[in-house]
Order: sequence, then C-alpha cells, then structure tokens
Amino acid sequence: MSYKKRLDGRGFEEFRKVEAKVGVIKRADGSAYFKFGNTWAYAAVYGPRNLYPRFLQDPSKGILRCNYNMMPFSSSGERVRPGGSRRSKEISMVTAKALLPVLNLEEYPNSVVDVFIELPETEAGSRTAGINAAAMALADAGLLMKDLVSSVSVGRVDDKILVDLDYSEESYEDGPVADIPIAIMPSSGKITLLQMDGLVSKEQLSKAIEMGKNACQKIYEIQKKALKEKYNNVKGDAE
Amino acid sequence: MNEDLKQHVIALLESDKRLDGRKPLEYRKPLKVEYGFTKTAEGSAKVTLGDTEILVGVKLEVGEPYPDSPGEGTIIVGAELLPMSNPEFESGPPGIQAIEIARVIDRGIRESKTIDFKKLCIKEGEHVWLVIIDAISLNDAGNLFDSAALCAYAALQNTVFPKFDGEKVIYKEKTSKKLPLKNIPLSVTVCKIGNKYLVDPTTEEEKVIDARLTVATIEDGTLCALQKGGEAPLTQEDIDKMIDIGVEKGKELRGALKNG
Repeated sequence: MSYKKRLDGRGFEEFRKVEAKVGVIKRADGSAYFKFGNTWAYAAVYGPRNLYPRFLQDPSKGILRCNYNMMPFSSSGERVRPGGSRRSKEISMVTAKALLPVLNLEEYPNSVVDVFIELPETEAGSRTAGINAAAMALADAGLLMKDLVSSVSVGRVDDKILVDLDYSEESYEDGPVADIPIAIMPSSGKITLLQMDGLVSKEQLSKAIEMGKNACQKIYEIQKKALKEKYNNVKGDAE
Repeated sequence: MNEDLKQHVIALLESDKRLDGRKPLEYRKPLKVEYGFTKTAEGSAKVTLGDTEILVGVKLEVGEPYPDSPGEGTIIVGAELLPMSNPEFESGPPGIQAIEIARVIDRGIRESKTIDFKKLCIKEGEHVWLVIIDAISLNDAGNLFDSAALCAYAALQNTVFPKFDGEKVIYKEKTSKKLPLKNIPLSVTVCKIGNKYLVDPTTEEEKVIDARLTVATIEDGTLCALQKGGEAPLTQEDIDKMIDIGVEKGKELRGALKNG
C-alpha cells in the first residue's frame, strides 16, 4: 500500500498554513511569532546585554543562548511539566547551532544574546517554527546578520517524500516514516540544522533536502514580508 | 534611582496624576479578554491590560483523589514568569514572585467555591478530575496579579471536558460538557505609596510602592482571598479603604468577561 494522498489534503511539497508576525512582545529587543498550522512559536530576543556571572564572558565575542520551552498546556495530550526536559535542552542546543552561522557575534564581546522560544500550541514541527520565529526576532532586534535562517521539516511517509509532516504523518503506521528537520541560510543554501529519525535511503534523503530547500525559500519570503510589515505599520501610525 | 522615581510618583499623586497620565484608581486600556487561543488546552484565555499580556491554559487530567477527600477533584495552579516577558526575569524553576501569584490565584478560585470539587468526582476513591491552571506572562508591563486572576477565570469559562473512557483520557474527543462554575472570583491589587492609593501599577510603579493588598472578591462583594505585600505596615483604616476600592474595581473588571 502506498501513501497516495496526504491526510489533510495538502500537496506533497506544500507546508501547512503559515502565519508570521514581527514585534509581538513589547518589552523584548526583538520578537516574532511563526505558525505552521496548529504549531505556534513565539521568540523574543534580549541583547546583546551584559553577561553574568562574569567568568562566562568571552572577550573575543558575544555568546548566543537559546531556550526552547513548551508551555504547560501546549500539548494535545497531558500537561507538559514545566522546567524543561532532556528533549527541550537538546532542541535549545541545536536551535542555537542553527542560528549561530548568520550572527556576527565578534561585534559584541563579553555580551550575551538571549533567545527565548515559547510554544503556546504544538502539533509537530515545533523546532522548525521556533527557528523561523527566532531568526525574525534576531533581525527585529537589529543584530548584525549575514543572512536569515529558514527552517522546515521534510521527510518520508511510506514511499512518498514530503514537506512539513504533521502529527498524523509523524505517527503514520502503515509504512516507514522519516522526519528530517532542516534549516538553511537562504542566500547561500547552506544547511545549519539537520536531524533525522526514521528509515530513509541516501537517494530519498537528497530528494527530501532538495524539497526542503525549495520550501525554505518560500518561508524566507514570508519572513522578509513579516519583517517589512512591522515598519509599514509604523509608517501607517505616523500618518 | 528608585528613590527619585518614588518622590516623583508621590508628587504626581498629590495632584491625582500618574506617570502615564492615568488617575490613581484607573485601570489601563485596553482591557481585553480573548477566549480559546490554543486548541491543545481544554480551556484557554488571553488577557491584555495596557501593554501587559497574559496567557492561561487549563488542562484536565484524571487522577486519584486525596485519601481525606475521596469524592472530590481538585485544582492545581501554576504561574510562570517567562524570561521572554521581562528582561529582569530569569530562566529556571519558579521564583517566589511566580509562586505567590499562583497561590493567590489558587486561593481566589478555591475559596470562592466557584468550582464544586464534588462535581469533579468520576468514581469515588478511584478517579477524579484534576483541573490544572497554568498562567504564563507573555509581556510584563505590570500588574500580573490582577491580569492573571482575571485570565484564569476566563480560561475556566472556556474549559470543556475531554472524553474519559474509564481508564484514560481521550484528549482528541472533547465533549460538550463545560466546567461548571458558580461565582466569579477576581482580584484587585490596591497599592499604597506615601499616603495615596492606586490600582493597576506599571512595572515602574511596582518598584516604588510601599505596600499592596490583593483583594479577591466574588460578584456580591464577598471577599474570598487577601494577600498583603510590600514592606510598609498598613493601618486598619488603610485596609478598610483598600478593600472598598478592591470591591468597587472588581465590578469594573468583571465587565470584561463574557457572561456564563
């Protein structure tokens, strides 16, 4: 049996409905949210700011700290216990690594840039939504950046390669599944996040990454549009 | 620096003014309650009070009752002051500020008897519903106490039971049964600075107040929880006045909620 048609009717290269907005947390230096369907990630950036305790400071460059956190009511199952898990720690780490290559942290010696990613609602793809929101929030904070970062998960469900798996696809039982979250720097096409769990051939993987890159280009356009929209509104207010 | 700010706030209050142009007993605008921002919770609400934004989600779980109340469910209230919402908040386990907010919300809801814990019983001694209320600060521009209490009640209004098959909860299947609520507990925090009172403090004002009294009431003005904070002592006269303000302002806040 083959996976002929996606359960929610999307095309195989189509991601879920996306919504992106910049400037959503007033107190933060930069902020944004990004939604893939029912997965919703807020990101807020504070910094560059002084880093304490001082022994953590690096006189040659600033450091980036990311913290990924699911709100207690964000899972469709039981309550998520607050306080972080091994999973959230790992996601925080790979998120920081996905964002680092676009930042010029040498400009901010002895400082820290804090990125807080908070999820009010999740249904698969939360780390990729978090990275998209975080990249927009970093740009909104006015940090020096070489590029943006755009992220999506790609994968395999049975014999099909597809973009942005939802929960029902991640838990598809009638055939093998692979979930491959990736992030790219859209201008160069270089990959800054790559994880995979499931079973996949090398050929399928290349095809999936290719599809992911194309999807990320579309996400990049959405991110840029959201960043510009914040300033359109400012213009509107002044008139 | 705070001392200068304090003198300035007091001087303004002498002519009935505040830093942001409000009257002492005026809440910020907009005051807005939005219901059901997330589908993963059994009930949820977002409150916007000026620039302060709060989210509350309610999860329902089935657990064993406490041995001393085998026929009653219960509520559990948590509060997280996200480092995202205020540059002064830090990551890590809830600090004393978050714990205090959660406990005051808990007392307001519990003591107002708005939820009949007996109605949360599924099978005596075996299965009862646990109503888990989590308040999260999205943007802290002051007065998390009152906005979180209002938001918690709104989230309860929005809560529906998922299906329980006798062994486990099936979260995907929501029933049409709403959480039964009787009263509307809300809190109003009245602050004292110098010899003046004010409500709905901003984060700046919160740093310079001498004392505060959180007054939780139900619709008819009956008090259901109190919490004094701040370092300065209060006289009996202060408390009388602050409670009057709390009851009066509580009526105003109730106006932001959807009926029933």
